[in-house]
Amino acid sequence: MTKTAGNALIACHDCDLLFRARPLRNSERAACPRCGAVLYHKRPQTISRALIYSLTALIFFGLANFFPFMTFKMQGREQVTFLVSGGLELFQQGFRGLGILVLAVGVLLPFLRIIGTLYVLIPLEFNLVVWKAKETFKFVEAITPWAMMEVLMLGVIVAYVKLIDITTIVLGTSLYSFAALILFMTLSSAALEPIEVWARLEQRS
Amino acid sequence: MKKTAVTALSASLLNCRTCHKLNQAQPLPRGCHQLCSRCGTRLYFRKPNSLARSWALTITALILYIPANLLPVMTVISYGRGKPNTILSGVTHLIAAGMYPIALIVFVASIIVPIVKLIAIICLLISVQKKSRWHPRQRTMLYRITEGIGRWSMLDIFVIGILTALVKLGSIATIEPGIGAVFFAGVVITTILAAMSFDPRLIWDAMEKEQ
Repeated sequence: MTKTAGNALIACHDCDLLFRARPLRNSERAACPRCGAVLYHKRPQTISRALIYSLTALIFFGLANFFPFMTFKMQGREQVTFLVSGGLELFQQGFRGLGILVLAVGVLLPFLRIIGTLYVLIPLEFNLVVWKAKETFKFVEAITPWAMMEVLMLGVIVAYVKLIDITTIVLGTSLYSFAALILFMTLSSAALEPIEVWARLEQRS
Repeated sequence: MKKTAVTALSASLLNCRTCHKLNQAQPLPRGCHQLCSRCGTRLYFRKPNSLARSWALTITALILYIPANLLPVMTVISYGRGKPNTILSGVTHLIAAGMYPIALIVFVASIIVPIVKLIAIICLLISVQKKSRWHPRQRTMLYRITEGIGRWSMLDIFVIGILTALVKLGSIATIEPGIGAVFFAGVVITTILAAMSFDPRLIWDAMEKEQ
């Protein structure tokens, strides 16, 4: 099997149509002729680029957790919150499941996604396959639909607009880092072609 | 008449849902599962019990939808007076305050998306069960949209979390989460799982038969 499934047979994941994949030029994408599903993209230097974006995302993830997220000021009192505060507060108020859910989809799963991607891609960039690389990548693909940072960001905007009329809200460094984190995560997924990663993982093992 | 399409199923090939490698189906004893030769995922021609699972999750979501909308999702307590908010009253407050764009976002994410999603999944399930041959391409598109928009319903849950953490000023103003939020999160999760359990290839299976 060659990179991006050279001339191999592929099946559409949405309609099961079987056909022969032709090699693509850079930035071209293959769509299913029957149902229109996008099957794969030919992305130039997919691993190197996804790697750089993911590393950048990791740095912003650190910053987003280290600094205050939003500060609420009212009648001389201040309430500083961090990225994890929303989930923690729900948990402490007895809404345990809800708190865990918010922490998981807003913070933990995005983190595992970045770490897992890097764990697979960094060695692969040097043509190495590390211990449990396939299992890790499988896990990353499985949690991807549940990592919802961009929804959390929209939630921040809604909460901000709701409160801004009655009080002062100071947006912290963490919030800007979080926005940057979303940007670089998006760039990373746009640069990464999982099918190519799988082909490379198979070649090397 | 168009000739019958060659599918992975008709060629006895199993398409791995994780890494998309095609595996030649092996004859196996009952109760055994074939694993993908590349990534080790269990292989199926179609998602197992797709319709039953999808129906079960959709019906669960429909049931949870009622308390999610009737019970308060959060309570704003200011100077000892509590004001419970439901999903819908949250939107009407925003409209009353003149914050139309945000009201629209919340309305779409919290009210339109769950309803549209539930209706779409039910239509897809019924169409597959009736072996409908009506516009398979459009129905596949409907499935993709359903799968893509579900996550945005989590919006209100995040807003509740953020507000609860921010507004903690003792007697002046406090925001507490309400039990409705738990049901609402339940609706969001079950509808996402219902869409994930649905196998769009079933739409196309009806096209192959009797042609």
